[in-house]
Amino acid sequence: MNSFEWTEAKTVEDAVARMGGSSVVKAGGLDLLDRMKEGISTPARLVNIRNVAGLDAIREDAKTGLHLGPLVTLAQLDASSLVRRRYTALADAAGHAATPQIRNVATVGGNLLQRPRCWYFRSEDFHCLKKGGDTCFALEGENQYHAIFGNRVCAIVHPSATATALVALGARLELTGPGGKREVALEDFFVTPEKDVRRENSIGEKELITAVRVPPLSQGTRSVYLKQGEKESFDWPVADVAVVLERSGVRCTRASIVLGAAAPVPLRVRAAEEALEGRAVNEETARVAASAAVRGATPLSRNGYKVPIFETLVRRAIMAAA
Amino acid sequence: MSEAQQDKATTNAPASAPTGEPPVPKAAVEEAKKAANKKPEPATRAQLVPAGIVGAKMSEIERAVPLDEPPPLPLNSELKVIGKRVPRVDGRLKVTGAAKYTADVRLPGMLFARMVTSPHPHARIRSIDTSAAEAHRQVRAIHILDRVLGNAELRDKSKELPAKFPIVRFAGQPIAAVAATTQAAADEAARLVKVVYEPLPFVVDMDKAREAGAPLVFPGPADQSGSAGGGGGPAGVKQKGNVRGPVRSGPHGQPPGDVEKGFKEADVIVEGEFRTQVQTHSALETHGVVADWKPEGLTVYSSTQGTGSVRDELAEIFKLKKSQVRVVTEFMGGGFGAKFGAGNYGALATHLSKKAGAPVRLMLDRKDEHLSTGNRPDSVQKLRIGARRDGTLTAIHLQSYGTAGTGTGAGTAGPAQNMYECSHISTEESDVFTHAGPAAAFRAPGHPQGCFALEQLIDELAERLQVDPLALRDKIDKSDARREERRIGAERVNWSRRHAPSADKGAVKRGIGVAQAVWYRLINLDSSVEVRLTRDGSVELLSGVQDIGGGIRTALAQVVAEELGLKPTDITLRIGDTAFPNGPASGGSMTTGSITPAARNAAHKLKLQLLEQVAPALDTTPDHLVMRDGVVSRDLPSTSKAYKSMTFKQAAAKLQTEQIAARASRNDDYGGFVFKNEKDAFGFGIGTYGGVQFVEVAVDTETGIVKVERVVAVHDCGRPINPLALESQINGGVLQGISYALYENRILDRNTGKMVNPNLEQYKIAGSRETPVIETILIEEYVGRNSTDAGGIGEPSTIPTAAAIANAVYNATGVRMYEIPMTPAHVLAALKGGAAKKGVNA
Repeated sequence: MNSFEWTEAKTVEDAVARMGGSSVVKAGGLDLLDRMKEGISTPARLVNIRNVAGLDAIREDAKTGLHLGPLVTLAQLDASSLVRRRYTALADAAGHAATPQIRNVATVGGNLLQRPRCWYFRSEDFHCLKKGGDTCFALEGENQYHAIFGNRVCAIVHPSATATALVALGARLELTGPGGKREVALEDFFVTPEKDVRRENSIGEKELITAVRVPPLSQGTRSVYLKQGEKESFDWPVADVAVVLERSGVRCTRASIVLGAAAPVPLRVRAAEEALEGRAVNEETARVAASAAVRGATPLSRNGYKVPIFETLVRRAIMAAA
Repeated sequence: MSEAQQDKATTNAPASAPTGEPPVPKAAVEEAKKAANKKPEPATRAQLVPAGIVGAKMSEIERAVPLDEPPPLPLNSELKVIGKRVPRVDGRLKVTGAAKYTADVRLPGMLFARMVTSPHPHARIRSIDTSAAEAHRQVRAIHILDRVLGNAELRDKSKELPAKFPIVRFAGQPIAAVAATTQAAADEAARLVKVVYEPLPFVVDMDKAREAGAPLVFPGPADQSGSAGGGGGPAGVKQKGNVRGPVRSGPHGQPPGDVEKGFKEADVIVEGEFRTQVQTHSALETHGVVADWKPEGLTVYSSTQGTGSVRDELAEIFKLKKSQVRVVTEFMGGGFGAKFGAGNYGALATHLSKKAGAPVRLMLDRKDEHLSTGNRPDSVQKLRIGARRDGTLTAIHLQSYGTAGTGTGAGTAGPAQNMYECSHISTEESDVFTHAGPAAAFRAPGHPQGCFALEQLIDELAERLQVDPLALRDKIDKSDARREERRIGAERVNWSRRHAPSADKGAVKRGIGVAQAVWYRLINLDSSVEVRLTRDGSVELLSGVQDIGGGIRTALAQVVAEELGLKPTDITLRIGDTAFPNGPASGGSMTTGSITPAARNAAHKLKLQLLEQVAPALDTTPDHLVMRDGVVSRDLPSTSKAYKSMTFKQAAAKLQTEQIAARASRNDDYGGFVFKNEKDAFGFGIGTYGGVQFVEVAVDTETGIVKVERVVAVHDCGRPINPLALESQINGGVLQGISYALYENRILDRNTGKMVNPNLEQYKIAGSRETPVIETILIEEYVGRNSTDAGGIGEPSTIPTAAAIANAVYNATGVRMYEIPMTPAHVLAALKGGAAKKGVNA
């Protein structure tokens, strides 16, 4: 790890003023520390925002929905009765990530912004596309944990479990930069490798996530998050799925289905949603939707097994949300 | 815990059938005769000793016992300390952080070091420029290795062009090291060492390495000298390309019979091809040392399972007398077989300390640990078994290939050679060199692999013969201990409720499976202990033996306490230091069986000295005195008031000198050995250790997830000394077995030869939520071979787990798993295809 300067930001404005160049924002610091230890990130200065006041609130408003400060930890999301009752998929996504120790420190903002876990990206031994090289080593290499969709250029999967749930819940981000605040739909925030292989999202160099907002959910909306790792303790998903269903009687009026660990960005599968919308939710329609969810997958040499797992999880999540 | 097949034992071993109480083979008899001619037989007395299995069949048998051995111990039920559940004497130190491990050692002026390693799997080094690192203001020394320990070496060095620096044969191979005043500076300076490589063609895949025209790891036959007990195959084996073998003999020589004939006699033949992966040791504490070179000698604090073997190797490398090298391992955080030798890191730290004139600490990081300190070789095993209709085995034929990377010793034939009675056995084991880090001994080398194949095929044979798998094993396994273990385990797990394969409806299917282990009774006779008594009544035990984690400190305290009529906490334990009497390396499950008899013998001698001195004060002779519950008295019921007695403390106060001491070593087994190396005092005792494990699994047939829900592990280890520690060790063995069966896998990038998961995130190890209910049951088996009759359990406890899981998965799904780890990818492929059913891997 290189030597670096540590600075404490007192306010959001203060943090924004100190950012840019070789300065990097540090919240929980988990992903950052990993990258610094491996020499993937070599910031000259860390801007600690952990102690900025007012960024760790969880509150709900009937009109505007759920508000999360970026410093809310995964453990808080998991433990919040409000989040668990109304936004179950988010509580479960946070609660099943990493380990209890990590969840106590990891923030939702950092979770959304973390860099991919691709083992080629994470190793200083491989100068891959993402790091300015000219090869995606996964495409012809060891790709058992890689993308089965959108994997033509770079086969990373987006690592954020909370993103899977939040995209399904229609979340929006508030970003604050030198020019003030802007808001963006989380779904549009992520950047595919085709657009820019060096980044996974569109946050500006001097921007901070200052809020995560989930719009109000209609009565009877249910959300489910399912994760399948090879292990239950301390493992990344080989597949995770978030399903949000709005219903009128037995009919599904609106469905939102998102696959995590499937593509370089959280992947909303509209064909699966359409297979449910306007229909009764049952084993049969769930099966059709699940099959639609994985249609068009382009698995690599070692990750074809992920396809039936995604199909299974989508079906099970739909049935759990029904 | 681990280790085992030392070169010499493997190559010189005579033929025999090594299960149960085998007939002593001819070659062994001749060997024994030769040995007998060399030195006179020690004087012995005939003595009755307890023999048999408690709860099954007990008797007494007569043994010829050397005259200086203590009388036989009665059964555990009649003892005060031995056989009782004793909390670790150092448990509190460990959980409070007071115990100091190698990484905690801080010496005045100590420097920190970092290795420079190769990123290439195969390369010639053109040049090494250390000038930039030398210019770093915090750097104090740099050393470039001129020989790499662990790699095999060419028999004929002229087969390779001369090179200024060692040829790089795997990614992660140590090249040099830098010592600086802080760890950060050492890390930084290591990056400043400029190495210019000429990359060469490489092969990291075992199947590809076997092909004609594959890049060669060695341009001629190569042997691994073996790092001080750290595994390695036999030397002098024929080699073609990267394939070295086949080796047809095992630790007990070449198996008997003619398999062609055996298969002709068979009514039923079953066969399959089984694959296992490379597993790294992944001990919590990485390899490392603090080396302190002084003009008068070298002191090395080392995380090792062999203080003696590290001393010997360092003395050899640095041309020092053994008396000038002191190795200290007060506490260690796991070894599993990979921590016997000095290691490249140990040699480098010592060189750096010598150059810098200061102590040097070199602890490896997790990546180095995965890449360069050893692993369990992978395997592909073609196994074929023939049997008569009544179950009698007529033939076992094993052809196995495995890669120990740049090392040797990837054989898997142990279980096939030793587990069951069969008149025609043939095993052909070949090593395949690849450009990957050298293997090291790993908790029962070869056995979990071999067992994974053998025990599945035995189950398949039972199915073909339409008999219960346990009934078939009762027929073909002549070990009384395993028979009893099968009976006890079947009852505990309620075996009779086991359904037909794939009987459950629904996506999640449950099943029960069984598999068993057989392990050698390995003994290191070079095991010595000194016990001291001081006038204030304090008792000390000193031995070079180190605690690898099995709890030998506590076992030694128990044995001494039992002999002296004290409590384990009354004994001060000083171990893990070569300044003390030589202890055995902790490997081969032989620590307890090697060192506890020495401890008892020493404590007994000390007791005799003490009684000699105090007997007159008690108006009697020593032979009428006993030491019990802290009291020295006549050997009469405690109610008897007719005679004088005194406390242990009062007795000690009567010593004529401030301190008395007694030293003893491990004597030969009563009745001899199957085989013994005269040179290094390493022997195969008569009989076996082992165990039987029953596993319950749930298989999600839609996601391919296998969940182990319950394990019933029934084991034998001779006389259990500390059941509490033994249970811990079984728990650990089972967990490591589950982790091997389902998760762990060293993954090398096929295109670059580099490991993609050299961490504990993507190198997956079972965690808390993968831990099933584990029920451990110990049986007490007495064989009357030495003064404690204790044995080991580290290895047998991990051998059968993967096989038992695979058999349970078959019972759950009706599909056999021919490959581990049983990841969702493998399980779904097997469930999907007939491919797996045919024994061809998906």
